[in-house]
Amino acid sequence: MAKAFTPGLKVTARTTYRVRRLLPVTGEVRVKVGDRVSAETVVAETFLEGDVFPIKVAGMLSVNPTELMPLMLKRAGDTVQVGDALARSKGIFGMMKTEAKSTAAGTLESVSESTGMVIIRGAKTPVQVRAYVAGKIIEVIANEGVVVETDALFVQGIFGVGGETWGPLMVAGKSHAEDLREEHIDASMKGAIVVGGARMTAGGIRRAREVGVAALISGGIDDADLRDVLGYDLGVAVTGSEKIGITLLVTEGFGDIAMAKRTFQLLLAHVGKTASVNGATQIRAGVMRPEIAVPLGEASSGEIFTGGATAGILDIGTAVRIIRDPHFGLLGSVSALPEQPAVLGSGSKARVLEVALESGQRVIVPRANVELVGE
Amino acid sequence: MRIVATDCGSTTTKAILIEEKDGVFRQTFRGEAPTTVEEPFADVTLGVANSVTELQELSGYKLIADDGTIIRRKSASDPDGCDLYISTSSAGGGLQMMVAGVVREMTAESAKRAALGAGAIVMDTIASNDRRKPHEQIQRIRELRPDMVLVSGGTDGGDTKKVVEIAELIAPARPRPRFGGEYKLPLIFAGNKEARSTIERVFSGEGFALSVVDNLRPTLERENLGPARERIHDVFLEHVMAHAPGYDKLMTWANAPIMPTPGAVGDILQTIAKGRGINVVGVDIGGATTDMFSVFGGVFNRTVSANLGMSYSISNVCAEAGMDSVLRWVHLDMDERELRNRVKNKMIRPTTIPQTLEALVFEQAVSREALRLAYIQHKSFATTLKGVQQQRTVGDAFSQKEAGGSLVDNMALDLMVASGGVLSHAPRMEQTALMMIDAFEPEGFTEIAKDSIFMMPHLGVLASVNPRAAMEVFEKDCLVVLGWCIAPRGDVRAGRLAFEFTLRQGNEVAAQGQLIGGEMRLVRFGHGEVGMLEVRPERGLDMGAGPGKAVTREVRGGSVGIVLDARGRPLKLPTSANERRACVEQWLKALEIYE
Repeated sequence: MAKAFTPGLKVTARTTYRVRRLLPVTGEVRVKVGDRVSAETVVAETFLEGDVFPIKVAGMLSVNPTELMPLMLKRAGDTVQVGDALARSKGIFGMMKTEAKSTAAGTLESVSESTGMVIIRGAKTPVQVRAYVAGKIIEVIANEGVVVETDALFVQGIFGVGGETWGPLMVAGKSHAEDLREEHIDASMKGAIVVGGARMTAGGIRRAREVGVAALISGGIDDADLRDVLGYDLGVAVTGSEKIGITLLVTEGFGDIAMAKRTFQLLLAHVGKTASVNGATQIRAGVMRPEIAVPLGEASSGEIFTGGATAGILDIGTAVRIIRDPHFGLLGSVSALPEQPAVLGSGSKARVLEVALESGQRVIVPRANVELVGE
Repeated sequence: MRIVATDCGSTTTKAILIEEKDGVFRQTFRGEAPTTVEEPFADVTLGVANSVTELQELSGYKLIADDGTIIRRKSASDPDGCDLYISTSSAGGGLQMMVAGVVREMTAESAKRAALGAGAIVMDTIASNDRRKPHEQIQRIRELRPDMVLVSGGTDGGDTKKVVEIAELIAPARPRPRFGGEYKLPLIFAGNKEARSTIERVFSGEGFALSVVDNLRPTLERENLGPARERIHDVFLEHVMAHAPGYDKLMTWANAPIMPTPGAVGDILQTIAKGRGINVVGVDIGGATTDMFSVFGGVFNRTVSANLGMSYSISNVCAEAGMDSVLRWVHLDMDERELRNRVKNKMIRPTTIPQTLEALVFEQAVSREALRLAYIQHKSFATTLKGVQQQRTVGDAFSQKEAGGSLVDNMALDLMVASGGVLSHAPRMEQTALMMIDAFEPEGFTEIAKDSIFMMPHLGVLASVNPRAAMEVFEKDCLVVLGWCIAPRGDVRAGRLAFEFTLRQGNEVAAQGQLIGGEMRLVRFGHGEVGMLEVRPERGLDMGAGPGKAVTREVRGGSVGIVLDARGRPLKLPTSANERRACVEQWLKALEIYE
């Protein structure tokens, strides 16, 4: 048999975490190998090409495109402002001349004799890339960016919205099974990465946004509450660019579901340290899961993690989480791996496994409906 | 002869073995393994070798050499290896294209048809009249990261200015290719031949690899999509595939060019439609997208509904259709809040499968809506050429069809082919048949079949090197005939007679009866059985020969049999929740859907 991998989420107390910080287009790298950086250090910067504004100048002057060139007042490379005359018609006996004025500011890029179109290129926009995690620069990719390395507590979530942020790690609530509610959030949490237990409630999210919490992390979220936050119903799980003033990250899934106890305890052990969080999720080819990294200092763990999807092989004793109803969210370990497919309640035939739940109960579930838990 | 064929999908690589035994080609074994395009593997051939290793274990033939390559036979008596290896690919998101034309409804639409027919996902269509301002168009072009661009515009000998204008928007926008910043973005020009030299000048700068082919709309009355489609396939191989991890190696293994998966499916369906002289609709519903194919009157069309699918896109289906539309197909009590959370959980963990009957019923309800929406999109795209001057006689005044009318006619539809997880893996064939009927609403006499193990992509490529093998396997192993749907067009009245039917086998009456409005019934009619079915509709209902006129046709049996559907067309479900649920329960019971 070919190897059967089962997906899992990485939750580890210490790993060497490497992150590539690249510019969208080539530019200048501001740091060098060996430099120590904090999350907000600018590691590379560049300018993005300005917007392009086409202006139909020949049409404005009512002339044939082939006649336009001698009428141009501005040439390729010239700077133009809004309202500047780009070209002027000859008029009749030198009278009644018409001017074509620029509707955009920038640099004149080209004049087409085929279509009479003039292209104005707007000003360049600066782009900066920050380190995102505190650590050491271990590689510089010329003109593109760097690789930052640190040992870190690392937790992959299942779903998030909102982009990169960082701040001190704080905990709201008392246990991994307690919902994250409004009363758990206070003004001291401004700019912090706040860890709750089970579902983040609508009230909890609203209060966190009012206070200015940088990121909220908990076990679950209700679909209706996510819709309220976003203002629309999310159709596909490609996120990270939402402008909602906060990053939300759930570790288990949608609905009433407690955060895995181990994940909660790992985060609890590092309260006060600076955590970096990215809500960006992409569930397509090239899976990207949201993440929390809490830098712990010099790289020393030996194991290196660079993000992306993780997977492992199922075996007796493997810790798993059931990820589909009727046992959604329950944790346990694999107690049997029958070779033959079984008929499910739905009538489908599928390969199954037996899970010994934490409660002691044993349940049969399709192999496709579990994911690995643990390191 | 022994043929190994693989289809490298986004998540799974599927391999099949085809063998010639006693002069007939049959598909004998199948294997699958996770696709290995992504990190940490980043080499598609590993997944191919794993899937072929499964074939090896099941068949007993040694097919994979120690170095991980596919073994080739030196002679027919050689016990190991295969004679032919072919593959399709949709890994890494398939082929993603941007297309452009002058008029949205004309050259831009023809360009889109060419790209879709070649198996691409069309990210956006730019046209002079697409209601966006030029700077908005440029902004959009800059945001997209296509694998290639197809530009058309103008009829041959016509005005060149408009198509050059489009080119002058694309060139300064400098769209960047999806893979690698190093290579030039392939751009195919298939527009007015008079504009070629100017177009070459516009794209002469850095960043573009321009190729020029014949105009895909040489006159308003004619489309010529072949050269553009062929060039798309070439560029797909030369540029896109060559940059995907491991494909350089895979290309050297294959005996025929690697095709985009949907392009291969389109090819085999066209072959079937042409061979049998019928109208066909085929669907492949996946996790992220739904591909729809049709051949009506010999004209092929394909559409991709990019965000209608059963896992990655399930939440989008529910959002687009509305939860009420989904739940109208459900006969069980379900809590909406819990369902919404379950939908999102499926979206974020797309590989899970329904364990309970309740979960299955809900997923099959979602699939009806995904298919229905995808079919609506397909019908609006698969049209006659727009912008064509119509010549009409006085007689046409009563039956005139406008230019740009849909080619898809459910009454003229002969065969529906279902494929994709939710349809192919449904525990009961009856479920597949009913999902297709509810979503597509076929009219008159329509045969329903499913692709047994999603073999159509493999056979599409095989058809290019060994058409006989492809046809034999398609008929014998690929298509599983489910049966027929018999449904009159028109409004039925609840409780009133809708139609009578008589099924004869030779001189024997195998079945007969009456259907009242709103009713469904199943007549079991197994594989190998053939009969003549006469249907006598009531006044106002049409079985294909006109309202109230009887129709008799030959029908062949299948796994399900003959589904008699007296619900009327278009299909209307009762608005009252209780009535609707009672109806749905009657239909499910009559067709033995969940028994």
